Amino acid sequence: MDGTEETYAPPPGQAEVVAALRAGDERAFAALMDEHGAAMLRVARMYVSSRAVAEEVVQEAWLGVISGIGRFEGRSSLKTWIFRILSNRAKTRGEREGRTLPFSSLEGVDANGEERAVDADRFGNEGQWRSGPSRWSELPENRLVAKETISVAQTAIDGLSEAQRTVITLRDIEGWSPEEIRNALGLSETNQRVLLHRARAKVRQALESYLEEGRL
Amino acid sequence: MTTIWHRIRGRRGDEPGLSCEQLVELVTSYLEDSLSKSERRRFESHIGACSACTDYLDQLRETIAVVGKIEPDDLSGEMKGELLSAFRGWPRD
Repeated sequence: MDGTEETYAPPPGQAEVVAALRAGDERAFAALMDEHGAAMLRVARMYVSSRAVAEEVVQEAWLGVISGIGRFEGRSSLKTWIFRILSNRAKTRGEREGRTLPFSSLEGVDANGEERAVDADRFGNEGQWRSGPSRWSELPENRLVAKETISVAQTAIDGLSEAQRTVITLRDIEGWSPEEIRNALGLSETNQRVLLHRARAKVRQALESYLEEGRL
Repeated sequence: MTTIWHRIRGRRGDEPGLSCEQLVELVTSYLEDSLSKSERRRFESHIGACSACTDYLDQLRETIAVVGKIEPDDLSGEMKGELLSAFRGWPRD
């Protein structure tokens, strides 16, 4: 949906943040870095070869924000504007590194690939569950909020492809909307959803193996 | 566990029902609210009658909740410090 900016109304409080930044309010700037810094690293990492280069790109992007805030016209959200600066720099840098863009080759592969959410052998001939998933609500209390469970999810995410990892991180950890993700990463709606689907399914599988260990 | 419900017909009878195996591939679209009306109807009519798929959907919701508890990454203190001094030193009118 590219036309959304025409009827754009800034989120509440944005004008105040922009005014504070223009006035040189350091707390406003620090808060903005806390809010977006991690996601910027994530997004930059998609385009360039290493974490170190991603950090340089993020730093450059922030310098772009600092020097450009005086010209920010408020026709998109501040967040969209910041991530556009970031994506542009990251893309330029990635091209200079001779890196192929991460999503360009994905459209066919990941969307139609044979990756399944659940192993085929869990289903019978007519696609019915052979052995159904267990009821996690019946697990001992606190199991799902335990640190160890959360770290199993983290490990599963670390093992995903870069594209899947980025999408699930932005959606489920950073709480971005699907549209914000599509815009920042230049993804189609279908691709964004397929990446998220595969990512969540793999994390579920990892949690299932972990939570059901020793219960059989 | 074998369920007789894996081929439930859609409510209007003219739509083929989803199998469990098909349903699990639609869970994200369902949770992201991007199914068409008729897909959504088929999805919900299956879920309404299939406890295994209901458990699967619950697992996905729990998965999302667990992932949501992961602490976001952060910029290094060093980078933040450098950027703050760049911000401080930027000429303003």
